[in-house]
Amino acid sequence: MNNSFIQINQISKHFGDVKAVDNVSFEIQEGEFFSLLGPSGCGKTTLLRLLAGFEYPTSGNLLLDGSDITALPPDKRPTNMVFQNYAIFPHINVEKNIQFGLRKLGLTSEEIRERVNDVLSLVKLDGYEKRFSSQLSGGQRQRVALARALVRQPKVLLLDEPLGALDKKLRDEMQLELRTLQKNIGITFVFVTHDQQEAISMSDRVAVMSEGKIQQLSTPNELYKNPHNIFVSDFIGETNFLKSETKSQDGEHINVSIEKLGEFKIKNSLNISENSSNVICSVRPETMMIDKVKSDWDICLEGKIKQTSYLGEMTKFYIETKEIEKIITVSSQYFDNQSFKNNDCFISINLDDISLLNKK
Amino acid sequence: MEQKNNTLLFYTLLYFVFLYLPVLFLPLFSFNDADYMSFPLSGFTTEHYEEMWGSVNLHKALWASIKVGVVASIVSTTIALFAAKAFARYKFRGENISYGAIMMPFLIPEIILAVSILVIWLSLGFKLGLIPVTLGHILFCTPFAMLILIARIEGFDFSLEEASRDLGENAWGTFYRVSLPLYLPGIIASLLLSFIISFDEFILAFFLTGSDATLPMYMWGQMRFIQKLPHVLALGAVIIVFTTMIVLLAFWLRNIGQGKDKAELGIKIHE
Amino acid sequence: MLHALQKFYAKSESVRAYTMLSPALILIILLMLIPMILMLSFSFFTQISFVEIDYTFTIQRYIDFFQKNLLVSLLIKSLKISFLVTLITLLTAYPVCYYIAFYVKKNKMLWLVMLTLPFWTSYLLRVFSWKIILGTKGVINSSLITAGLLSEPLTFLMYSETAVIITLTHAYAAFALLPLYVSLEKIDFSLIEAGRDLGLSRLEVFWKITFPLSMPGVIGAILIIFIPTVGDYVTPALLGGTDGRMLSNMIQAYFGKINNIPLGAASATIMLFTVALVTMIVSYTTKKLTQRIS
Repeated sequence: MNNSFIQINQISKHFGDVKAVDNVSFEIQEGEFFSLLGPSGCGKTTLLRLLAGFEYPTSGNLLLDGSDITALPPDKRPTNMVFQNYAIFPHINVEKNIQFGLRKLGLTSEEIRERVNDVLSLVKLDGYEKRFSSQLSGGQRQRVALARALVRQPKVLLLDEPLGALDKKLRDEMQLELRTLQKNIGITFVFVTHDQQEAISMSDRVAVMSEGKIQQLSTPNELYKNPHNIFVSDFIGETNFLKSETKSQDGEHINVSIEKLGEFKIKNSLNISENSSNVICSVRPETMMIDKVKSDWDICLEGKIKQTSYLGEMTKFYIETKEIEKIITVSSQYFDNQSFKNNDCFISINLDDISLLNKK
Repeated sequence: MEQKNNTLLFYTLLYFVFLYLPVLFLPLFSFNDADYMSFPLSGFTTEHYEEMWGSVNLHKALWASIKVGVVASIVSTTIALFAAKAFARYKFRGENISYGAIMMPFLIPEIILAVSILVIWLSLGFKLGLIPVTLGHILFCTPFAMLILIARIEGFDFSLEEASRDLGENAWGTFYRVSLPLYLPGIIASLLLSFIISFDEFILAFFLTGSDATLPMYMWGQMRFIQKLPHVLALGAVIIVFTTMIVLLAFWLRNIGQGKDKAELGIKIHE
Repeated sequence: MLHALQKFYAKSESVRAYTMLSPALILIILLMLIPMILMLSFSFFTQISFVEIDYTFTIQRYIDFFQKNLLVSLLIKSLKISFLVTLITLLTAYPVCYYIAFYVKKNKMLWLVMLTLPFWTSYLLRVFSWKIILGTKGVINSSLITAGLLSEPLTFLMYSETAVIITLTHAYAAFALLPLYVSLEKIDFSLIEAGRDLGLSRLEVFWKITFPLSMPGVIGAILIIFIPTVGDYVTPALLGGTDGRMLSNMIQAYFGKINNIPLGAASATIMLFTVALVTMIVSYTTKKLTQRIS
């Protein structure tokens, strides 16, 4: 249905020969926490900047709340951006920074003061009005940037990897805060990040991008459980790839020959063609089981543990098997690096946890 | 980093002396009570200064130089500011050629610039005077100003300008509220240094001014007469002190907010 | 219409950049390119009388130039003086830059400012100072005579080629110092240490590693000294006498007292071409040298 809030219609942005954004089309709903996720150079920041008005599309158009904003300069758009390096004006204090964008809105000084105070409370920076950028920590500057953007009550808030420069603990805290904030004030957020864990934990929907194109646009659950292709499967979370060939279709399932393991019936949710060797199977480490004894799961293999990574809440095992070419990663919350005395083990896989994907 | 090397240090200090001596002799001898500038010194006097200051022509020339300098520095700095912004901020075709073109006045002997402007000015039927001098100075000062400003602007965070646009300011508002305050130290430095360059400039003035002398031309006139020697010394000493103070101020301003040990003083090497 | 214009402007970085560049480019075109072309064209005319010029195209002026011994010798002398000045300035300034780049730890900027400060004072005054220093009754002679080391003043120090060279090595020193310093500063010191580590002597390290890497600065310095020096007017005029006259003094005369503008223009054009030629040769050979050494 086309009552979506933001429409991106066949947007392309070329820089010379480089196609930073390649004919991308999608929609964002009002009030959504929407993320653009991908590695460096995938086009996510360019797309954000196109939304903000800092870049002009080579082709295509943008609609926001029904109006075509494609040719609008950034100062005329009802969007505001939180910059990656915060872009706090160094020559004025926090209060003036936040007030900066209110001048053109025609508010009385009473209203301005009220808004500024409200937003400072919102980001928990009450009392910091008179400070200057150089007197603030990274996390505080980030909040000022947020406050400064929010105080204008934009229809859409654009965030360009705002948490990138923060240390891990602060990042985790801010992730939760941002999510809560967004739900409370109800503004549509478009969030750019290269950190898949961040995108998955904060967003209502995520668009995974690579080389200027959208690889998959789904909810975090869908992305994780049902990746559409090898890129998404590899980028989101960790996975093991197994060499495969499809044989004949069988209803909703398809017969797949996997490495030296044999033939199995795998759900063909992506409608992969029969008799193709251009396919691959993906199994996530935490869906597999490692044990000291054989199990009755669909596939059970003998293995030798080559390496372990103790992560506290779980342990990752890197296992060599006779049947599978590469080292398999299995994670377990049950066993740890001390559990296996002579590195002999059994790994087990259920067919339901195997995803069949096209290779490229 | 190397360890100490006293020979090299000694040489360097010697070189410093070589560089400063001529400049320091002028003030030294300006107080000397004699008409020749030789050792041994004759005695302290300030009469040269009084005589110098009494000259009407000096004041006229001084005023002319100030007028030309102020106009030239303001115009050069403005032109250079926009050009510097273009180079620092944007990537575009013809960037290197444009840069080379604007820097050209540096690569041409000044006398050729002077003679060329003389030819076109007279061909157009205009009279010589302070106006062509000012134009010539603008031509000459703009590359300098641009070097200073580019060095300053290169450290500028352009996302600040984007943030301002994002927050509702148009291009002019952004310039006025964000860019200008941050460029200001660099702009003032450029104004001061351009002024000094114009103030001291001789060749263009020599060719292009008719009867309106600038200060360097006045000095040139005085230098021809042996009796006037002490006047020139006194004037020279004043100019040296004045110039040095302004230059120090300009350098101090240039480095405010930079905090980097950028050693180029704005000179880039372009092949 | 405005909308389309807005689109056009927003689309192109180039358009925005050139809008901002236009004042500067117009300045260059109006005050430098066009005047110089005009001057070039004047070199093809003939001066008939004090106010009349014959505008028929002729290359006679250039023939005139090369037939006059005086002019040719002035050209050669100007080149010779500039060459010597460039060489001496480079040789004397290089160690100083090296010292500041590699031996000074704190406040390098301060050293540079102090080093270049004298050059912000009026060039005219500095030349005049040298007149005081080098003259027969000047500082050097009077001190040496008073000290008893000399009975007669040294005359070769003033109104001579020597005087011009000495003064010019001082005058343009700053122009050498800065580019040299910049390129020396850029050199990664660990490269030098690596050289020493591999057993090269200090001299070898300098010649094979440091010097080639400082080449851009050297080229920059050469050009920045050579070009203005060739066309210098003030120094030869004030203390060159007859012996130290340079081409620019003659050019000034042609535009002034002698009033032969076409010949003056031709001389200026020849100077310009010589400068351009030397520039290209210098850039080319230093590039070749650098390739060979590294």
